[in-house]
Amino acid sequence: MGNARPKSRVDRSPELARPAERSATAERLDRVIHERVRLGIVSALAVNEALTFRELKSLLRVTDGNLSVHARKLERAGYVACAKSFDGRLPRTTYRLTAAGRRALSRYLDHMEAVIRAARRG
Amino acid sequence: MPLPDDFRETTKHTRDVGSHAAANLRFIRETMESAGSFTAVSGWGQVVIGATAVVAAIVAARQPTRVRWLEAWLLEAALAVTIAGVAMAAKARRNGLPLFSRSSRKFWPAFTAPLAAGAILTAAFVARRIFDPLPGVWLLLFGTAVVAGGAVSVPLVRIMGMCFFALGVAALVCPPAWGDAMLAAGFGGLLAVFGVAIARRHGG
Repeated sequence: MGNARPKSRVDRSPELARPAERSATAERLDRVIHERVRLGIVSALAVNEALTFRELKSLLRVTDGNLSVHARKLERAGYVACAKSFDGRLPRTTYRLTAAGRRALSRYLDHMEAVIRAARRG
Repeated sequence: MPLPDDFRETTKHTRDVGSHAAANLRFIRETMESAGSFTAVSGWGQVVIGATAVVAAIVAARQPTRVRWLEAWLLEAALAVTIAGVAMAAKARRNGLPLFSRSSRKFWPAFTAPLAAGAILTAAFVARRIFDPLPGVWLLLFGTAVVAGGAVSVPLVRIMGMCFFALGVAALVCPPAWGDAMLAAGFGGLLAVFGVAIARRHGG
């Protein structure tokens, strides 16, 4: 899940789709959540009221830079809320999943389930 | 008749996309399990155990010998384990959560090690006909088990463990005659009070 990790086939699947499917899939797929690290952040926050930067980093086994970049993307999309404070002299960044983030995860789960159902039918 | 290449390709692609989606769902589930706290502890189960512990304290206090007193509490321990198991399984089923998740795999070794130590100490004391410290030892080591297991559970569980720990220390310094009252306060009172709080805040 680190920076050096090659992009997974899952990430590329919409681009591999046939033209007709591609547009439909891309339209429905939430690219913000679809990336592995961001999906991990959202999934972890879904079962916790809040997690600190350090907790997320240890859980997802990613570098500081990688986690910051992906957390910022989620924050910009309004899926996570970030609060900065101090624990003594040390800065502490805490993330929470917003209502929009929870809805986005729910939609994403529905989408994945629909894809699996379609694959089974096919 | 051989299938056209185009059809075969489409079928393979559909299958690939399906397996990628399944892998994504698996990833989400595993991440949630790793990040989640162990919340399978049943609050209502604790309330029931609390009630049986109060009855056990009354029954044990009326026993004519120390061995009979010990038997009463051992019977209560077996009953409590059964109630806890049934209640946790019911809670997990009701909330659609696995009973043996990743966090539970961290919880159980941490929780059972101090309990095993308690069982060994009990056997060692009883073999030497020493009964007086047993209530304190049980409360102290149960508290240790709950605090240790609570590291992967919700904060309320850790607080409950610390209360048991403190009560155990108190039981060890109090007169031995208070043993049953201390056990009733811990396995009856503390379990029931925290059980209600856990049930209200953590889904049963």
